[in-house]
Amino acid sequence: MSSNTSRRRWPLLLPPLLWQLTFFLLPLLFLFVISFWSVVNFRLEPDMTLKNWDFMLSRSSFWSAYSHTWALALGAAVVTTCCSFPAACSLAFTVSERTRKLALMFLVVPFFTSYLVRVYSWQAFLSDNGIVNALLGLFGLDGLPMLNSDFGSLVGYVTLALPLVTLVQTMGFAQIDRNLIEAAHNLRAGPVRTLFEVIIPLAKPSLVVGALFAFILAFGDFVAPTYLGGGAPPTLSNLIIDTTKSGQQWPRAAVVAIMMILTLVLTSLAAVRLAYGRRK
Amino acid sequence: MMLRLGRWFGWAYTGYTFIFIMAPIVASLVFSFNADRFPSLPLQGFTTDWYGGTFTDPLVIESFQRSVMVSIPVALISTILGFCAAYCDFRFNFRGKSLFSLLMLLPPTIPAVIMGLGMLSYLSRIGLAGEIWAVLISHVVIALPFAMAMIRLRLAQMDSALEEASWNLRATPVQTLWYVVLPFCKQSLVAAFLITAAVSFDEFAVAWFVSGLNETVPVRVLVFLQGQVSPVINAIGTAVFTSSILLVAIGMAFSGMGKAKRAAADAPAQPACGTLVSNNGLSL
Repeated sequence: MSSNTSRRRWPLLLPPLLWQLTFFLLPLLFLFVISFWSVVNFRLEPDMTLKNWDFMLSRSSFWSAYSHTWALALGAAVVTTCCSFPAACSLAFTVSERTRKLALMFLVVPFFTSYLVRVYSWQAFLSDNGIVNALLGLFGLDGLPMLNSDFGSLVGYVTLALPLVTLVQTMGFAQIDRNLIEAAHNLRAGPVRTLFEVIIPLAKPSLVVGALFAFILAFGDFVAPTYLGGGAPPTLSNLIIDTTKSGQQWPRAAVVAIMMILTLVLTSLAAVRLAYGRRK
Repeated sequence: MMLRLGRWFGWAYTGYTFIFIMAPIVASLVFSFNADRFPSLPLQGFTTDWYGGTFTDPLVIESFQRSVMVSIPVALISTILGFCAAYCDFRFNFRGKSLFSLLMLLPPTIPAVIMGLGMLSYLSRIGLAGEIWAVLISHVVIALPFAMAMIRLRLAQMDSALEEASWNLRATPVQTLWYVVLPFCKQSLVAAFLITAAVSFDEFAVAWFVSGLNETVPVRVLVFLQGQVSPVINAIGTAVFTSSILLVAIGMAFSGMGKAKRAAADAPAQPACGTLVSNNGLSL
């Protein structure tokens, strides 16, 4: 039987495996390889040199882009998690099954709109003569500069990540055993205490996984920092695009890409540990 | 009292969250009909000029044709490969299975800029960069995980006794796959096809890196965005949004019809089986 199933699985296993090996894993490994190559007369030449690594990692501009990107992505993760928390709580605990399904459907709608168009649309809200400032003016308040700042980037990141994070959190909260919440209530824990000592610890995996998604999305996004954040100071994705498109320096861009992948892998491992690690 | 207040606060807050999510979508719809070239208040009057201008622009028309020509084969290939991967994950146990699933599901977590750079350098080495094939190949890589996840969710609802019964009745594994498993997954296959088509139709970053002069619609939008203020973006965005929502609605209507029909057919004879079938987790 076992040799039978093993023969049976190859025709199904091989096509997707070969596709992802050839067109996903190899290109990523190839990035690592070309980070040691050199560029001669605007052409990529196989080589074995450390000068791209040396060039990138010895520049303070790289490290300032690195810390800027990291801080923005962390900010996006925290802000998105906090923003979606109350909404996910009320969707999971206080509305009927029907309303919840409808709300979840609305959360899926943004996946069918272009992120580029949504960012362009935010420009109309955030610009100096934009909609938000016009509304502030109605209340007699001064306009605020919002476009071309880190605030603008954050708005873009939240736009990108909020629907997904709210979905993840709502599903996480909905899986909590209601009896535990009622038990806390019967044991005279107030709503705040129930929230912090029952709901949040039980929903920790979905909170952390949601925050991780937001971090990953923000860390790699180039649209929000370019078109809402103004592109200065650059993020790592801006750096990759500039180095690739204008400079033809693919090996140097590959160095940035590998540093980004390393950061994401380490962050994900830490987050998974935090989410599924031992609870006290 | 406090609980009720908290509840009202929660609902109001949730309402604001949805306003935040929908605001840019609605605004782009409104401004696509606004006579003023600059998107600002107050509105200047109704016009359909932007749509007219957009859909007579040969660059836009070509990019639409290209996007359709890419997204349909992408959807087909990723749904087939996604089914294979999902079925392997569901049916077989083998060494390295978790690595296999990880490799299948990982691509959406890699930032698009990195995928784009990797694809560009790799595909240009094998002479494909700048070709429409490059977009097709990289979009399958990105879309396959979505298809696999959706079909795998559906398979998880399948009673494994169904397949065993089929084998006991002397159906070959291929026949079982064709007459039992595939019909069971039909709705999720349709859904996966539509979603992967939408993923491909929407993807701009990797396509921007590898497509060269073969711009797809979102790459065209990105080029407009790099230029200047342009209401054309709103017109394209609204048109694309409307067509994707229509596609999804058609997909849902399909899956809803199949569900109702089968539930009705199964209910009198086998109530248990009827609930199993109607318990379709994949209707979005």
